[in-house]
Amino acid sequence: MNIDTLRLTAEEALGLLERKEVSAAELHRAYLDAIAERDPELHCYLRTVDEAVGDGVPIALKDVISTEGVETTAGSKILAGYVPVFDATVAARCKAAGLPVIGKTNTDEFAMGSSTENSAYGPSRNPWDPTRVPGGSGGGTAAAVSAGLAPWGLGSDTGGSIKQPSSLCGNVGLRPTYGTVSRFGVVAFASSLDQVGPVAKNVRDCARLYSIIAGRDPADSTTVDVPEVELPEGESLKGLRIGVPKELNDAEGIEPGVSAAVQKAIELARELGADVGECELPRSVEYGLPCYYLIAPAEASSNLARYDGVRYGLRVDGGSYDEMVERTRDAGFGDEPKRRIMLGAYALSAGYYEAYYGQAQKVRTVIVREHAAAFERFDVLVSPTSPTVAFELGAKTADPLAMYLSDLLTIPSCMAGLPGLNIPCGLSEGLPVGLQLIGPQLSENTLFRTGHALETALGFDPVPERLR
Amino acid sequence: MSWEPVVGLEIHVQLKTRTKMFCRCTNGFGGGENTQTCPVCLGFPGALPVPNRIALEWTVKLGLALGCEIAKRAVFARKHYPYPDLPKGYQISQYDLPSCINGKVLVPTADGDHEVEIVRAHLEEDAAKNTHVGGGTGRIGGASTTLVDFNRGGTPLVEIVTGPDIHSAEDARRFLQLLRQTVVELGISDAEMEKGQLRVDANVSVRPAGSSELRTRCELKNMNSFRFVAQGIDAEVARQIALYESGGEVVQETYDFDAASGKLTARRSKEEADDYRYFPEPDLVPVEPPAELVDRLRGELPESPAARIRRLEAELDLDRAVVLVTGGLDALWQATVAAGADRLAAANVIANRLAGVDGGAVDPVELAKLVDARDRIPRAALDEALGKVAEPGFSAAPYLEQEAVSDSAELEPIVARILDANPDQVAAYRGGKEGLLGFFVGQVMKETGGKANARAASELVREKLQAS
Repeated sequence: MNIDTLRLTAEEALGLLERKEVSAAELHRAYLDAIAERDPELHCYLRTVDEAVGDGVPIALKDVISTEGVETTAGSKILAGYVPVFDATVAARCKAAGLPVIGKTNTDEFAMGSSTENSAYGPSRNPWDPTRVPGGSGGGTAAAVSAGLAPWGLGSDTGGSIKQPSSLCGNVGLRPTYGTVSRFGVVAFASSLDQVGPVAKNVRDCARLYSIIAGRDPADSTTVDVPEVELPEGESLKGLRIGVPKELNDAEGIEPGVSAAVQKAIELARELGADVGECELPRSVEYGLPCYYLIAPAEASSNLARYDGVRYGLRVDGGSYDEMVERTRDAGFGDEPKRRIMLGAYALSAGYYEAYYGQAQKVRTVIVREHAAAFERFDVLVSPTSPTVAFELGAKTADPLAMYLSDLLTIPSCMAGLPGLNIPCGLSEGLPVGLQLIGPQLSENTLFRTGHALETALGFDPVPERLR
Repeated sequence: MSWEPVVGLEIHVQLKTRTKMFCRCTNGFGGGENTQTCPVCLGFPGALPVPNRIALEWTVKLGLALGCEIAKRAVFARKHYPYPDLPKGYQISQYDLPSCINGKVLVPTADGDHEVEIVRAHLEEDAAKNTHVGGGTGRIGGASTTLVDFNRGGTPLVEIVTGPDIHSAEDARRFLQLLRQTVVELGISDAEMEKGQLRVDANVSVRPAGSSELRTRCELKNMNSFRFVAQGIDAEVARQIALYESGGEVVQETYDFDAASGKLTARRSKEEADDYRYFPEPDLVPVEPPAELVDRLRGELPESPAARIRRLEAELDLDRAVVLVTGGLDALWQATVAAGADRLAAANVIANRLAGVDGGAVDPVELAKLVDARDRIPRAALDEALGKVAEPGFSAAPYLEQEAVSDSAELEPIVARILDANPDQVAAYRGGKEGLLGFFVGQVMKETGGKANARAASELVREKLQAS
């Protein structure tokens, strides 16, 4: 049978498999064919897996997720040739659910970036317009789902790496509550912020995939018990209290077309029965980004200390141990990891710790409290996910600060450990606009219900126009 | 001027948990190089630490035994330094919030209890073992190759830090003996220094007697027995006093003590102070031992060695009490006395003849019989019996049947022959070297095949030597 991977949702694919209209191998092959056709242009995948292992719906995994026997590089030269001897817990859970891995998707090096242009293996491109970026760091997974190169996939989100690319590629992405999904085996960027989450074509697929990966993991001490995941069904938002944080919706740099699409979605929510009101997150938005750029690099400088050439990955020989390590790290890391290692080591150094890392952690507590106060009045907060639609390749590579601002709206809730769901809510200049739904801790079911109702009412077509 | 040494100790105790501190690899000797390893203790990308519950409990137990307050909330931190024995580039160690603080240990001395403050006891993971090959210095600088065995990496260590309360090498030795016995009796470590299960660093300074100032200190490392610790402290104290008395100043430095030569060698001074860039380990949650657990562990504590020394001192003298208790033989002594043996005689036999023997394996009733018969039966028989007393099913009966030769008529010709054969020694004895008595008695024992009664032989020899 002819499988239209551009349109096929994971739920539909599951139906095909259950009714035995198609085999898992055939399904897998259909995606490999689509990859062969479109990935040379888009470069979503760093490598593909030819054989379907499992009888379920295939899945794409961001290349920060360790896969036993399959090279895992985190988009870095320093891990070139590194083949893990173990599966990340999320990879193991996907396998246990029968999901064959189609391939490992491109990412900014060590998930540091907002465009995938920091990948050591070259950037991915946006299926809606290949001159533009798919966002990042999880641009590979988002672009693959959007271009029909995977029915769904996993990303990882530190400050927006699931939500922002989902927004730029027009798909649904969840950054789950910190602690609901195991980080074991996920190449670490900033441990107190990293969270794996699903990317899919619609909210029900996203919820289904979340139910597969979420839950306490004895191998990750920071995980918690997770409420049972409910696949969303209803179309009403009656009784739901939606807050519109002023600072997240009026921030400088939000494109008018983005604002307009988000406004329309908020109006629609009201029509569906939601009570919509304004709220404030002044300190979260003002200090979220600067504090993030102290905490995340600090933890990154520590997490990247292990790449010394001794045990795995790249080694460049030198006359002494120190020289070998220096040469290995110089050759193996790209500019962005080097920049963040320097920032982070500085923020943690004696005499500066209190002023930088220590202070940023205190501000983080303020951000948590400010969000908690907002959730006394509201069930869900909404804003644009990204201030802009997909930008052109190279537009921000010369200016790291401009690139960092891409995550201005996603970072505050990440700093508070809160779940956030991106759903596409329209187009601006022919490119997808993403709506960010933020909830309190463990409110994933509420986010799915809200997202599902809105997505049904919005009727957004997730297939890029040029591929229809 | 007279000077007072001021010494603080840092003691590392390797816990004998079945598995390592943050992974479930076997903890212990035995495997070939790098066989007791896994992604966690090798620092593979994405691997996460999971704390060993038993190690956490044992740390609390040790803290209680050292009179510490148990922190309601202890926090692991990352301590960064680049070295091949540290696969993650950082060591996980409790830092500013350790499990145990503010303890004290009372060391019984002839002048009353000597109080040593326990500043803290904290839990950490051990580093791997480096072997530097080539270069001849045994150090990484100049080595052509460094081999790393990660079997030891990640094993649990408790670090105990004392206040600067120790004022002589002898005090240090007494304190360490008591601490070692405490650890052994808690069953948390075998604490064998030669195996590196107990490691001691000493911070040494001196000050004018009567002053309370704290002067610049030097750190001594690499002392692998209590005797060497004492020798190292004596050597360092002498060095510092000589420096001050010649108008010099002590410069803070770390020294290795070489027991063979008695020399202190300064390690290469570092150009800058270490900056470990500590920050709370984000992969772990704080350690919060429940009050019920702490109470239970407190209830399980055995009577402390110090208390038992004080108790025994009332029946013996301090020195014998210390030897028995720190040798772990005081319970055997008590049981032997209860079985009818003479207090002092039993103490002497046990302290002098059973050091290193497992007291719990000895039947006190049989031992009491041997103690009782010690002067009556041949020396050789006593030696043999004591050598076997800890064997299962040991019976004193066959040895008790043997009678030592104490009949002068039988011994006299033997003594005469020995004196004739050793004219030089006889002359020396008569010239005042009375210590030679033992030599002659030994010869008698040899002649009689150990059957002579030692006391009878000794009296007879003395008599004959004085006679002419």
